Amino acid sequence: MKWDISDMDSWTYKQFPPGAVIPESGNSDDYVTGGWRSERPWRDDEKCTQCLLCWIVCPDTSINVAGEKVTTFDLDHCKGCGICAQVCPVDAIEMVPEGCDLPGVK
Amino acid sequence: MANLKELTHREDRLAGGHRLCAGCGASIAVRQVLLGAGEDPVVVGCATGCLEVSTTIYPYSSWKTPFIHNAFENSSATISGVEAAFKGLKRAGKIPADKTMKFVAFGGDGGTYDIGLQALSGAMERGHDMVYVCYDNGAYMNTGIQRSSATPKGAWATTAEVGAAQQGKIQRRKDLTQIMAAHGIPYVAQASISHWKDLTTKAEKAFAVEGPAFLNVFAPCPRGWRIPSSQSVEIAKLAVQTGFWPLYEVEDGEFRHTVKVHNRKPIEEFLRPQGRFRHLFSPGNEELLAEIQGDVDRAWDRLMARCSQV
Repeated sequence: MKWDISDMDSWTYKQFPPGAVIPESGNSDDYVTGGWRSERPWRDDEKCTQCLLCWIVCPDTSINVAGEKVTTFDLDHCKGCGICAQVCPVDAIEMVPEGCDLPGVK
Repeated sequence: MANLKELTHREDRLAGGHRLCAGCGASIAVRQVLLGAGEDPVVVGCATGCLEVSTTIYPYSSWKTPFIHNAFENSSATISGVEAAFKGLKRAGKIPADKTMKFVAFGGDGGTYDIGLQALSGAMERGHDMVYVCYDNGAYMNTGIQRSSATPKGAWATTAEVGAAQQGKIQRRKDLTQIMAAHGIPYVAQASISHWKDLTTKAEKAFAVEGPAFLNVFAPCPRGWRIPSSQSVEIAKLAVQTGFWPLYEVEDGEFRHTVKVHNRKPIEEFLRPQGRFRHLFSPGNEELLAEIQGDVDRAWDRLMARCSQV
């Protein structure tokens, strides 16, 4: 169920569910933590062997996977910790400064 | 036991957008445990701590599961109550008799080794069909890195200072996994976020057994251990390779070493990269360092003697 909290600031106590219940599960997806980042991961698709090690150790569920393959990073939630780059056995992931245009351009 | 490709088909039950620090070991532990849980619906409870606070900042929840938080000391009592209520409602015919559901409580080492130990012991002894997972980062990180009974000897913490009187924590850490094994429950295991296959397999077993199961998961804390956020998994791996954190399981009283370590690395390799142990490498602390190595060796030998040789 989608819980619409867009105008929560104007709610009175009557609109808040009793007991501080959060009626929608997993809605922190709507909360952006990507701004914490000073470095951003970049993946070289040529080098990547799709071993998925980065996916299983990401603390922020920020490695997007489709069809058993890593596709992109969820940059809305990635905090730039760099674990993915650290565990990659073939150095296919590199941490690049946030804000730089494109990787490879170091 | 599923491989990584198969695991990607399961739902990730911890959403992003939680406010745990970059590189936090706790959320890695939770993801791997819940991926190992399989397809059945899971009800989650949390002891007070970093994980609970950071994943449920109102009005957001990172849990794609029903979630309950009660207090610091009673997550086991709370989840065991939810499990008992589920069974009771089934008996009363208010929940279909064929409905299956799993119950899990997560707590940090503060909420497990110290504050929640009595509730945990009680829930395990009563035989509830639940899993308790401790993510062990070796101090009260949420309130500012105070020492707990899981803090290793020699580690700096804000209440185990380094100075003229002492060099970090004086006491040895408590071996909670052994305490839980002594409860004689169906399944007890020690795992680490660095060994996903071992961890997800143990989680799968823990959820599969009928009755209580306990998992103790090594989960580094970059903030409290004074390590770069990218090193959490690496340090956890070193803890396993040095024998500081042996990976084993106890199934119906039978000890089994699940990830063999043939040439144990010296404990320095685990200690040196961490700022919380920096003082141990100052002149004058050689003896303390040797003592720590001795403690690890003795605990290792004792454990290996209990593990059946396979």
